[in-house]
Formats: sequence, C-alpha cells, structure tokens
Amino acid sequence: MTFKFARGGLLALALLAPAPAFAAGSPIDAADTGFMIASTALVLLMTLPGLALFYAGMVRRKNILATMAQSFGATAVVSLLWFAFGYSLAFRGDGAAIGDLSATFLSSIGVETVSPLAKTIPEMLFMAYQMTFAVITAALVGGAVADRLKFSSFLLFCGIWLFVVYIPSAHWVWGGGFLQRWGLIDFAGGTVVHINAGVAGLVAALMLGNRQGFGRENLAPADLSLAVIGCGLLWVGWFGFNGGSALGSGSRAVYAIVATHLSACSGALVWCLLEWKSRGKPSVLGIISGAVAGLGTITPASGYVLPWQGALIGAVAGVVCFYASTSLKQRLGYDDSLDVFGVHGVGGILGTLLAGVFATAAVSASGSDPGISGLLQGNFGQFVAQVEGVAVTIVWCVIGTWISLRIVAVATGLRVSPDQEREGLDLALHGESMGG
Amino acid sequence: MKLVTAVIKPFKVEDVREALEKIGVHGMTVTDVKGYGRQKGHTEIYRGAEYVVNFQPKSRIEIAVAEDRADEVVELIVQSARTGKIGDGKIFVTPVERIVRVRTGETDRDAL
Repeated sequence: MTFKFARGGLLALALLAPAPAFAAGSPIDAADTGFMIASTALVLLMTLPGLALFYAGMVRRKNILATMAQSFGATAVVSLLWFAFGYSLAFRGDGAAIGDLSATFLSSIGVETVSPLAKTIPEMLFMAYQMTFAVITAALVGGAVADRLKFSSFLLFCGIWLFVVYIPSAHWVWGGGFLQRWGLIDFAGGTVVHINAGVAGLVAALMLGNRQGFGRENLAPADLSLAVIGCGLLWVGWFGFNGGSALGSGSRAVYAIVATHLSACSGALVWCLLEWKSRGKPSVLGIISGAVAGLGTITPASGYVLPWQGALIGAVAGVVCFYASTSLKQRLGYDDSLDVFGVHGVGGILGTLLAGVFATAAVSASGSDPGISGLLQGNFGQFVAQVEGVAVTIVWCVIGTWISLRIVAVATGLRVSPDQEREGLDLALHGESMGG
Repeated sequence: MKLVTAVIKPFKVEDVREALEKIGVHGMTVTDVKGYGRQKGHTEIYRGAEYVVNFQPKSRIEIAVAEDRADEVVELIVQSARTGKIGDGKIFVTPVERIVRVRTGETDRDAL
C-alpha cells in the first residue's frame, strides 16, 4: 500500500511541476488569473442566487417567483449583449465618450490577448469579470419596481438601458473615458454600479407609480429568511466584487476585501442600533439592510482606504442609508419597493464622495506610482473630481433611464394590469405559484 | 350530539388534547386560523413602513361528542386552555343532526 501511494504521489508531482500555463514571455500571470476567475464566479454568485433571494424574500408571496425571474432574465439578456457589443463599446478604444467596435462578438480576442486595462490576465477573463458587473447592475434596478413591472418590459429595459446608461458610464469611469481623465476614482462601482442602479430604480419607480395599496395595505415581506440567505451570498460575493477590482491577486485586493468586510459589519450594526433605539426592536431586515448599505458604500473607496476608514465609512452608511430608506422615503412618498435608491443610490453617492475624503496614498501606491490621496491628506482636487463624477453619473442616469423607459413603454408597456397586480405576478405573468 | 368548536391559543392545543384523551375523547380536528376579539392585533415595521396586523394566529379545535358529555368537554377545554390573559379564545357548542363514519357507514353515536 505504502509503495503504491508513494508512486501515486510522485506521478502527481511530475504532472504538477513544470507546467507553464502560458507561452514563455506572456504577460499573463497565473496567480492573478486564478484569483480573477474565482472573483468572476463570486460576482455572478451575487446575482444568482444572491440578489434573486435577497429581493424575493422582501416581496409578497404572490410575487416571489416573478422577482427571482428578474435576476435570471437580467443575467441572460445582459450577458449575451455584453458578448455581442457591450464589452467592446465599454472597454475597447480610446474615445472620451464611448469605446469602439473592435471586439464585437469577442472575435478579435485570442487566447494570448491582454487588455491594457488589466495587463496580467487574459482579456477574455477581464471581459467575463466586467460582464458580471453589468449583470448585477441591471438586476438591481428591478427591485425598485418589483410587484408591478411586466417581465417582457424588464427584459427589454435591461437590453436598452445597458447601452444607453451602463456601457457609457463604465467607459467614462473605467474604460479610459472622460471621467477617468478628470481624475475620478471609483474602485469597484460606486458610480457605475450603485448610483446607476439606485437612480435608475428611483426614476423607474416614479414613472411606474406606486404599488396598489401602498401606504394602506399590508405589503410586508413574505419570507425574510430568503432575504437573509441572499444577503449572506451578496456579502461573501462582494469579496470578489471589490477584491477582484484590483484586477490581480496582490495586497491591494486584500486591503479592498478587509475594508469591505469591516464596512459591512459596521453598517449592519449601526442600522440595527438606530432601529433598536427608534422603533424599540432590532429587526432582521434592518441588520441585512445595513450590511448591504455598508457594502455598497465602501465599493468605490475599497482599494483606496485603510481598514479603520472602511469601518468608519460603513458606520456613516448605516446612519445615512437608514434615514434615506425610512424617514426620507416616507416624507417624499415614492414607492421604491425594495429601497434600491435608499440603499444603493444613496450609498453609491456617499461612498464615491467619501473615497475622495479618505483615499490614502499608501494603499494604491505601487512602484513609482505614488498612489491616490484624498481630502484628509490635503488633496482637495480629488474631492472635486468625485463631486464631478457623482453629478455627471446622476444626470446621465436620470436622462438615460427616462429615455430607456419611454422606449419600453411604447414597445411593450410598463405596468401589469390592475387585475394582474392583485392576482400576483407569479400566476399572472409566469403561470406558476409557490403553492401551499 | 353536539359539535364543540373551540378557538384557542395555538400553544395550548397539546394541553387540551391530553386532557380530553384522559376522559376518553379520542378524536378532534385542528385548524390554523386567524382572527381577533378583544385582543386585537399588533404592529410590524419594515424599513419604517408600519403595518397593523389585525388578525392573531389561533387554533380551532372541533370535537363531536354525545349530548350528555358536551358540558364535561367544554369545562375541560376551559381548564386546560386558560392562561388568564387576554386572547385565550372562545368555545361554541352547536347541535349536530347526523354523523357518518366514512369507512363503515356507521351513523350517529356509533360513529363517534
């Protein structure tokens, strides 16, 4: 037996040892590539099933399946369009406003091709990683109009909005466009993902109008335990979202992950304590809402800040997003069903601004690059760049989302009929129910 | 024959069942129901949205008994389901015209 094991071990060693994954002289790094493959999977896990569960747990029983269908629908539509044109328009070329069509259908991306935006991993991997970001951003929007948007309209909206809002925004901020040239820092998507999703959600909620019975009937969540599982998957997946945004496996990815985790913790705790004090009880929905607020808010700053700053940013997110999703929302009277604006929109704005306050040069420095410093280190210009980035993103997202929804309204309509809404979207749109 | 319908606190169902078992009442139907009397409902808060839930979860027990045992059964349910706090429930006693055991076709007292 011992002899056999020894032989087996030697064979395994021989197979593992001298196996260069890529041709000699290739800039592709195995550790970076491995980490980014894992990060890509983690970010997809955030949508499927993370966001699907998080959202579905917060709607009424008759809309659970329809809400899950939105996450899966967004994934399918956005991924295919990203492969066809989206990636190329967002991350190829050097235009200030938009990329080019040099990699449509990915046909010009070979096994050795590397993007200048991610120099140590295959460009195909960079494409796939960015694809998962486009997917979750579109899926996030659905939460604001849950319980009343037609499925056909949502699919169409995902396809149009991807080109009108997401792709230009991703190009401006990450693909060498004008906001990047103006000096905006956004590590993992405070503007591109969270402000865009939150603001689009708010515009969509206003255009569709409130749910039937909003403010009168009981619209309480059917199964918060689903939302708790979803939030856990989002939290863990966020390590790939923010850590992977380092586009490599080094210390910066680790710093991003640590800041992310601490921010989620303080966001959860602060929201919970505020609710405990003001409402008398620490709700489970409050804990998971605070965690997501902390995660969304740290997103643009992760990779630029120290651990204690991550914890502090999460605490600020807990306070601000709590009031945005409770008192402010009630005062304004709009029905953003699952608080996409209150949590992601407000968190994205807050985090993008705070990145300009707390950015600490040592975290993003590498080699001869001194790194990015923010307001606290005396760099006022960085804060100005953040304000510009937030303003441009909000303005374009409002306009672009309005245009997208007008097109959808003409093509398929937006809202289900009042009867369908009463019956529930599961049965009315999908012909299925949760049974029981 | 009488049908005794008792709406009680759900956690008291097992106590009632045990008490009735001891006096030889072997059979009942239990349903989860919602409703309110003097107890009223409660308030739930989700991200600042307050919902008043008017209906309390209760259990409804239905027991068919011979006429001469109805009072005894009612008394026993009162004893075993009572907590003394508001929301203990109510008991209704109604006459039953006919009872049939499905398996054998036996009727009335034989079917109990």
